[in-house]
Amino acid sequence: MTLSRPVRPSASFDRSHTTAIELDNVTFGYDRTRQVLSGITMSVPRGQVVAIMGGSGCGKTTILRLIGGQLRPSEGRVVVAGRSVPDLDRDGLYALRREIGMLFQFGALFTDMTVFENIAFPLREHTDLSDQMIRDLVLMKLNAVGLRGAAGLVPSALSGGMARRVALARAIALDPMLALYDEPFAGLDPISLGIVGQLIRKLNDALGITSVIVTHDVYESLKIVDYLYFVSAGRIIAQGTPDEVRASTDPFVRQFVDGEADGPVPFHVGAPPLAEEFAVHAG
Amino acid sequence: MPASVIADGLRRIGAGTRRAVTRLGFAARFTFAVLGHSVEGLRRIRLTLREIYFAGALSLVIILVSGLFVGMVLALQGYDILQRYGASESLGVMVALSLLRELGPVVAGLLFASRAGSAITAEIGLMKATDQLSAMEMMAVDPLARVVAPRFWGGVISMPLLAALFSTLGVYGAYLVGVKLIGLDAGAFWGNMQAGVDFREDVVNGIIKSVVFGLIVSLIAVFEGYDAAPTAEGVSSATTRTVVGSSLSILAADFVLTVFMFRGVGV
Repeated sequence: MTLSRPVRPSASFDRSHTTAIELDNVTFGYDRTRQVLSGITMSVPRGQVVAIMGGSGCGKTTILRLIGGQLRPSEGRVVVAGRSVPDLDRDGLYALRREIGMLFQFGALFTDMTVFENIAFPLREHTDLSDQMIRDLVLMKLNAVGLRGAAGLVPSALSGGMARRVALARAIALDPMLALYDEPFAGLDPISLGIVGQLIRKLNDALGITSVIVTHDVYESLKIVDYLYFVSAGRIIAQGTPDEVRASTDPFVRQFVDGEADGPVPFHVGAPPLAEEFAVHAG
Repeated sequence: MPASVIADGLRRIGAGTRRAVTRLGFAARFTFAVLGHSVEGLRRIRLTLREIYFAGALSLVIILVSGLFVGMVLALQGYDILQRYGASESLGVMVALSLLRELGPVVAGLLFASRAGSAITAEIGLMKATDQLSAMEMMAVDPLARVVAPRFWGGVISMPLLAALFSTLGVYGAYLVGVKLIGLDAGAFWGNMQAGVDFREDVVNGIIKSVVFGLIVSLIAVFEGYDAAPTAEGVSSATTRTVVGSSLSILAADFVLTVFMFRGVGV
């Protein structure tokens, strides 16, 4: 969290840029001893749904935060719609964020507001639309995620899947050019998981936006995305289309797709050999 | 003592000092940032009014009941002491001065820190822990203007009003005990109070104290919430720090303010 001076969002972004996001040799660490990302290079073409996959703590969410300008890379370039994110001033950064819809891991709905008010929030903050117009837009967004009937509920009355769908409606409230999803499938039952997955794909195509999904749910992702990047220990170690991933013989990809406990990602983390630990010697 | 133990101790002291200075620097920057966003926050007055309701109106019960009982106890204790010197008619002025100068602002401030300050810290801390503040930032809405500044000013505005109500109920409690229960003359009770209380010296100084305490409690509350570690334990620790820090700061500030305000007492 950073401190800031008051801002007035200004310049808009080029929505027609063919490459929505470009990360070029990006390195990031919270301090000199703790490197989170190393040499990340990826490109997300406009209109596509791209997944960034990897185990917990591998740096996936950090990539989203770099794209949204919440973090600055130690090295390398982060470019969104042709503009370098780390070089944006506060006004530019807020202008960028008005073009981005982000879904947080557990929805991050405002708990002191109803579902309706949650979705109306960005509209009220950034537009001068009349109450009637806002009402219509909110109900349209809720209708798109199948929750028009839940407009009057408070977030605590929603199931996990419903909360995620409300957060999805809020993420697209301002018709963004880019949608970022942080673990949209985490903790959902199979039905909700399928609904959220299909919604991400349908909304991406219907609204003409570009979507980046950070997830570790390989099966759901393979059904809906155009391209996948695999991240491990802060590096991209494999990438490809869903068909290429299914056919891949790469050991890490296979371990990830097949859910193997041991492989390139070891079952035992950072431990010395068992015999040494228990001082057991041969003979 | 081995050199390594000494070095380790020095290293810990150094690290602790560095952490404290860093936190102090962040708190100073935070204060300026909140003030910088205040105009923007106050422009949307509905947000601040909402916080006045949560911090002020919802604290009314504890403030009013406490004020009433403190006034009644003051009257009982005061009468017991004053009557030894044949000055029981001065009960009204004694209670009024005690409440207006000290107990009103200080006890209301302590209660406000416990009831509203802790709630503000917990709310902001939980918003941080559940990514609500990050979500706001990603929606190009500054949490300092939308969340922090209204809560800060809601607290600052509420505090003097609560202190005034505390003192009012305290005086009424003293009236109930002194006049209705003990049987002192009502005219002497109110008349001596009117003659002995100076508006500029006593009432205004009491209001100034309560405004300062409101600033202290509100600032500590929003800062601790904003700076809380985004975990259940972090929010819990931040809430505790708000209550302890606010209470100690109120008592320390009260001493300093009293020294400057009431020089006639011999300091």
